[in-house]
Amino acid sequence: MSQSNRIQGGLIDRSQTFRFSFDGVAYQGHPGDTLASALLANGVCLMGRSFKYHRPRGPLSAGSEEPNALVQLRTGARQEPNTRATVAELFDGLEATSQNAWPSLRFDALAINDRLNTFFTAGFYYKTFMWPAAFWEKVYEPIIRRAAGLGSLTKQEDPDDYDKGFLHCDVLVIGGGPAGLMAALTAGRAGARVILADEDFRLGGRLNAETFAVGEQAGADWAAGVAAELASLPNVRLMPRTTIVGAFDHGIYAAVERVSDHLAVPAAGKPRQTLWRIYSKRAILAGGATERPIAFENNDRPGIMLAGSLRAYANRWGVAVGDRVAVFTNNDDGLRTARDLKGRGVDVVAVIDSRPGGDLLPGIRHLQGAEVIDSAGRLGLTSITVRQANGKTEVISANALAVSGGWNPNVNITSHHRSRPEWRDDIAAFVPGAGGPANLAAAGAAAGDLSTHGALRGGAEAAREALETLGLQAPYSLPQAEDAPIAITPLWYVSGGKGRAWIDPQNDVTVKDVKLAHKENFSSVEHLKRYTTLGMATDQGKTGNVLGLAIMAELTGQSIPATGTTIYRPPYTPVAMGTLAGRSRGKEFKPFRLTPSHKWAEEQGGIFVEVGNWLRLQWLPKPGETTWRESVDREVLATRKSVGICDVTTLGKIDIQGTDAGAFLDKVYANTFSTLAVGKCRYGLMLREDGMVFDDGTTARMGPNEYVMTTTTANAVTVFRHLEYVRQCLFPDMDVQLISTTEAWAQYSVAGPNARKLLQKLVDQDISDAAFPYMGAGNITIGGLRARLFRISFSGELAYEVAVPTRYGDALIRALTEAGREFDAVVYGTEALGVMRIEKGHVAGGELNGQSTALNMGLGKMVSKKKDSIGMVLSQREGMNRAEGYRLVGVKPVDPKGVLQAGSHFLKIGAPPVLESDGGWLTSKVYSPHLGCDIALGYLKAGDQKIGRRMRAVNFLTKTDTEVEIVSPHFFDPEGERLRG
Amino acid sequence: MADILKPLTALGHGAPETVQIGPLRIAERFDVALASLAQRRGQEAAFAKAAAGLGLPLPGAARAEAGPVLAAFWVAPEMWFVEAPFASHEDIVAALKPAFGEAASLTEQTDAWVRFDLSAPDLGPLLERLTNIDWPQAPVGYASRTVIEHLGVYLIRRGAGEATLYGPRSSAASLLHALEVTAASVV
Repeated sequence: MSQSNRIQGGLIDRSQTFRFSFDGVAYQGHPGDTLASALLANGVCLMGRSFKYHRPRGPLSAGSEEPNALVQLRTGARQEPNTRATVAELFDGLEATSQNAWPSLRFDALAINDRLNTFFTAGFYYKTFMWPAAFWEKVYEPIIRRAAGLGSLTKQEDPDDYDKGFLHCDVLVIGGGPAGLMAALTAGRAGARVILADEDFRLGGRLNAETFAVGEQAGADWAAGVAAELASLPNVRLMPRTTIVGAFDHGIYAAVERVSDHLAVPAAGKPRQTLWRIYSKRAILAGGATERPIAFENNDRPGIMLAGSLRAYANRWGVAVGDRVAVFTNNDDGLRTARDLKGRGVDVVAVIDSRPGGDLLPGIRHLQGAEVIDSAGRLGLTSITVRQANGKTEVISANALAVSGGWNPNVNITSHHRSRPEWRDDIAAFVPGAGGPANLAAAGAAAGDLSTHGALRGGAEAAREALETLGLQAPYSLPQAEDAPIAITPLWYVSGGKGRAWIDPQNDVTVKDVKLAHKENFSSVEHLKRYTTLGMATDQGKTGNVLGLAIMAELTGQSIPATGTTIYRPPYTPVAMGTLAGRSRGKEFKPFRLTPSHKWAEEQGGIFVEVGNWLRLQWLPKPGETTWRESVDREVLATRKSVGICDVTTLGKIDIQGTDAGAFLDKVYANTFSTLAVGKCRYGLMLREDGMVFDDGTTARMGPNEYVMTTTTANAVTVFRHLEYVRQCLFPDMDVQLISTTEAWAQYSVAGPNARKLLQKLVDQDISDAAFPYMGAGNITIGGLRARLFRISFSGELAYEVAVPTRYGDALIRALTEAGREFDAVVYGTEALGVMRIEKGHVAGGELNGQSTALNMGLGKMVSKKKDSIGMVLSQREGMNRAEGYRLVGVKPVDPKGVLQAGSHFLKIGAPPVLESDGGWLTSKVYSPHLGCDIALGYLKAGDQKIGRRMRAVNFLTKTDTEVEIVSPHFFDPEGERLRG
Repeated sequence: MADILKPLTALGHGAPETVQIGPLRIAERFDVALASLAQRRGQEAAFAKAAAGLGLPLPGAARAEAGPVLAAFWVAPEMWFVEAPFASHEDIVAALKPAFGEAASLTEQTDAWVRFDLSAPDLGPLLERLTNIDWPQAPVGYASRTVIEHLGVYLIRRGAGEATLYGPRSSAASLLHALEVTAASVV
């Protein structure tokens, strides 16, 4: 029984056949089909189960507004849940399955929920799962999620790629129906840069679903002709399969292009989808309108469908949803469905028109002043019950019912900046209100012009007006098209019944739920939404929202415009998380920064650690070393014994030049730099305006008007940004020029008693203590190559930092290790660096936490009061200068085998472990091979007065409680004799 | 100097790399010296005179311009990047400093950047997926700072289908990867 419901006509390519499956059953369809149209053509209307009651459901619509026909597409890692069958483009081999049903779609055990519906009313969750609180997360939530679910995730990694991109245009046209095509054509012919985006794979919008003509052509043919002309214009970009999902600031729109969703697998290298950011000077919303249903008892059965959609299936896809079709309408557009179906040979058993009087449809049983009050059919519609104008009820056999309650302009995008739509009585619908996104105009059905002529005129006129503001003339002429007036008598729901009448089928929200919400005083639309879940989930209430608020308006006695709508927010239709992530995932989440010695270190088997985007050498294991501690201890001991080399390129380097460079540094540093001699370095402490320490580092004076500042690795960018702010905004009159040179120079620390001997083998100049004393800085050469040398030490050893242009960095690490062979030189990583700086008592990340002052760090005297500098004034605040405030201390376990943990808190011995006893915390901890025990730095209240005391270091997370001795933070060579050696 | 220290390209090789993906050619350049050149306050006349003496153009905002030997592109108010042949200007600051003296602040930038020259009949499809610059509207000689895959870069339009990209040297491999995968999605 292949494609039993397929009728003649439509815009599908019958010369090709696609094979596909739904729940394991094989079917056939054609190019141009959606999954929904192909299933309907094969007589399959049951496509899902409802969210809460597990009611059998078929498609309500033929577009992106679909609430019911949610399926899972594909299998394995490409399986995607909650896909609307009505917009899933059919391809050969498509595998689709139903969701939210067990064991099968036809027999779903949880349909028992439907029998228990009196329990599952609005606010059910809020009222029911109250007690005990301990059950909320562990018991109730898993049960609810299992019972009331949508599709499922495979938890496999998405194998597809997603691109992002940026587009620019004069005019963005959103929607490719008659209004959008006419707008694009008018603007395109005038020479403007136009982007036309439409969510459908075929441009034309409703023209593809209707039978009437545009000019001398069928509407679909006219659309195809215009699309062809637009495609030929170099200034026009056509983007079918592209949904504008959000309006953002300054004419920027987000668009999702489904590049490969219509293929089984994306072509090699091609993305599945692309997220575009479109920069437009003007935008025209030609997004059309969405039909809404009329609520009546049991109006959710498969086979009950929006009238315009049922008509679209017949006209565009050559599908008769049923062979005995009834129509229920409150407006003339519903009559069009009856006429079109009859014209295609479908048996229209009755038209139930809620409006009394008017012309009768010829040749069709047209019941005026009548209403559908109920329906029957377990897995699909079998009959409807009609209450005629005279009150008589009649059961009419029908396996499809087309329902039209009128059309809602798609105002969504115009309200993304919180503009409220306005009500128009003549079409009984909301239209875009004032105050929408700047330079966005709605046209056609989206603006409430619901005739084809109105759409064509509206689109052309919107384009003309948009171009006029851009200084372009855009004349246009319109083809002839139908211009039928809107004739609607609002009917939101059929009253009098005792059963359930659905207004939001996706969330199983019924008229009763709205009434209950009103009764329980949740009568504002925002409360209504949250209390009943009306308008939530994938369809965001595109078909149900206006019904819900109209019913609430009736209950409250307010008008519909006074009742208002909920806030519209992006995205317009669901967007996959992968699309938002783009290529930023896994190892490609961010770019890497490689140090100049990376290649060498990789060859040596180095272990790397991510420091921001940098990959830094963490330690360099030698053969036979089985733990990281062995490697790190060796690196530390060898450095202190002889010499070690460390890549310190990652430290920020900023070139500061200008006649006011010294004065500028005096402003940004708490201590003074203008007096620093040329050829010397100085340690600098940088404060924020609030007096807290921002960063530290060494700055060298390379010339009278030239300094090189180093920053911490972590703050390299933020310090540069801060300096630019200070230069441009605080002291714009200073003659200072800044540029980052972090990447321009490969810089290595060479530290240890034999550092000088090693370097002297490479450096062309004399670097003896006399010629290059402690804190010296200068330009040197290495084998003739320009280089820089700084005699500074982070390790506490005799140490230098030597820099060469980065391209020579790899060669320099090889030259240093080769020259160091005779000294048993080691290359050490960040772990050994950390050990040595803590042994020396230098502050770093754990101490530079943004909440600490110079005084806290024991560096209070560095804040010069002889000059004004950023942060100096506020660092004098009383609260930041209390004697009992935190001070940096060293910490050792009393028992050398005792374990210290960073983050542990200081407690007095015997004090209860409560907040009031808290004395401070351990900021950084390492094992010191030099001292043979764990050591740490920490902030301790009045720590400078507690040297020699014993305390406890307690950590509730690692469950450690260690008795410690408070010591000086300078564990190693406190007099600094080694670094001056 | 090459006697004991052998240079490597930003991609970590002895010679620059060229990648061809369909019509797109990505060529690493290793033969260009780069320096930042900033005019010091009150030195307009001396600065302009020095530049003119060197045949160094000083293009306006968002522009690049080439002289007989030296080229420049604008990076900030009163600040340019100067491009020069590496072979003759390896120590580019030393080469320019005598002309500018105290009228300018000069800083070597050669190895702070990786340079990729991009060429294809139409670079638009590639660049619109990488940067928010409106490439089809960018005239030849356009130069701008922009961001590609989180990396701050300079993009210069050299010709109809010719562009130069300067990206941070340490992320050269990541930048090339971004160019390659994006190119694959548009060929």
